[in-house]
Amino acid sequence: MTSRYVGLFAVAAAAIVLTGAGISAQEAERKGIPAPPGHVFKTIISGYEFRSKETRALQDDDLENPGFLAVERAADAWKKVEGSEGKSCASCHGEAETTMKGVGAAMPKWDDRLKKPVNLEQRINICRTEKMKAEPWAFKSQALTDMTAFVRFQSRGMPVAVKTDGPMSPWFERGKQIYYTRVGQLDLACASCHERNNGKFMRADFLSQGQTNGFPTYRLRDQRLVPLHERFEGCMFDVRAEPYKPLSDEFLALEVYVAWRGIGLPVETPSVRN
Amino acid sequence: MQRSRVAALALCLWAAAASAQEPIKLDVVNDSLPKSLTGAPGNAGAGKKVFLTRTLGNCLACHQVTSLKSEEFHGEFGPSLDGVAGRYSEAQLRLIVADPKRIFADTVMPAFYRNDGLSRVRPEFVGKTILTAAQVEDVVAYLKTLN
Ligand code: HEC
Ligand code: HEC
Repeated sequence: MTSRYVGLFAVAAAAIVLTGAGISAQEAERKGIPAPPGHVFKTIISGYEFRSKETRALQDDDLENPGFLAVERAADAWKKVEGSEGKSCASCHGEAETTMKGVGAAMPKWDDRLKKPVNLEQRINICRTEKMKAEPWAFKSQALTDMTAFVRFQSRGMPVAVKTDGPMSPWFERGKQIYYTRVGQLDLACASCHERNNGKFMRADFLSQGQTNGFPTYRLRDQRLVPLHERFEGCMFDVRAEPYKPLSDEFLALEVYVAWRGIGLPVETPSVRN
Repeated sequence: MQRSRVAALALCLWAAAASAQEPIKLDVVNDSLPKSLTGAPGNAGAGKKVFLTRTLGNCLACHQVTSLKSEEFHGEFGPSLDGVAGRYSEAQLRLIVADPKRIFADTVMPAFYRNDGLSRVRPEFVGKTILTAAQVEDVVAYLKTLN
């Protein structure tokens, strides 16, 4: 190896150490929350902080934010009787504003009966099939994404508070492993972009920490609300990897782990992203 | 007619898949690839196109080049490539493009001429390289113009 390579190695290594600890120059300028001890970042920052002034303004204004159309649609669906039991969500849960407060901030949650974590989409479908005896909603259907946004909206402003200990810990570990595993023809891991390179441009994309506190999120590109597992799929697809299936154990584990990376961030649903 | 076309297509796909299965062996000498991958020199003009095309090199996704200022959006993952021809020999540049992890351990830069040792590759890309040997040579020829 020539000495020039040694020099480059040193520079590269120093850069890795810096970004690995989450201290990039940009990070210091963006508003975030201090991470708990032992966290990967020093400061945990919402994807909101990485978006343009215009996009942020759209999210900040409830009347302009297009995500609210979904929330309103689901507020009606909440009261709609469906299935052979003659029940609506409201039959069991009453006013969502009180009964659903905090629920979306703590997802995914451990399910004792299924012996695995379930996320909000799955929980909604469990209620539909088991309590209402109604058909489950398909993943990515407008109905399911609307309802997910509606329930999570009831936690808006509350800190993300996912539990990762006890029976959740193997799921956390699995999610962490997926997060750091390079995949696809481009051979990149979630961490390659969202940990090592957040705050930098990748062509026209300004990379965030890849936090989940805003989901489902209204994407200007798609002109609709996008559920979290669709975003996971998209990121994997872009590196030419075969994505895991939405609601698969792998994506559930990843959702648990990535929620922890954003622990304490305020829920922003419905957020607006490009 | 219809049938023979389908058959021909199937044959093509099979042939491509079969030839793509062989793992590529690079003749690395002192952290460099002295020999052209095609046996012929590349074309800098064609290389510039490969460099810019999003589905090919997409090099600007991560690098900045001052002489390409008219192109929008230069990425920041990697260093500026201004003057890169002065920092590396042609043989070194060839290895950096073909398989950069041999030089920069743990880099985020993809290997553009490698077809194995990757995981969960989407089926349409399995066993294939991002660039062909000729495209790598063209990109290397283009990099040599960045004095
Ligand atoms: C090649 C780069 C790249 C890789 C690898 C990658 N992402 Fe992303 N990701 C992006 C870009 C670009 C965006 C959109 C801009 C942003 O918010 O960072 C994004 C957005 C996201 C968002 C939305 C953030 C928000 O605030 O709305 C999440 C969540 C996310 N990614 C998670 C992941 C996970 C989990 C993985 C691994 C399975 C992953 N990403 C892999 C590039 C990548
Ligand atoms: C996903 C990001 C990414 C892409 C795409 C990418 N590179 Fe890189 N490249 C890097 C990084 C990061 C480095 C710095 C090496 C390291 O990781 O320490 C680098 C280093 C280099 C270097 C050495 C520069 C120096 O001064 O040391 C050359 C030459 C280079 N890349 C050429 C290319 C070419 C040509 C392409 C497209 C065919 C390309 N790169 C695509 C990320 C990328």
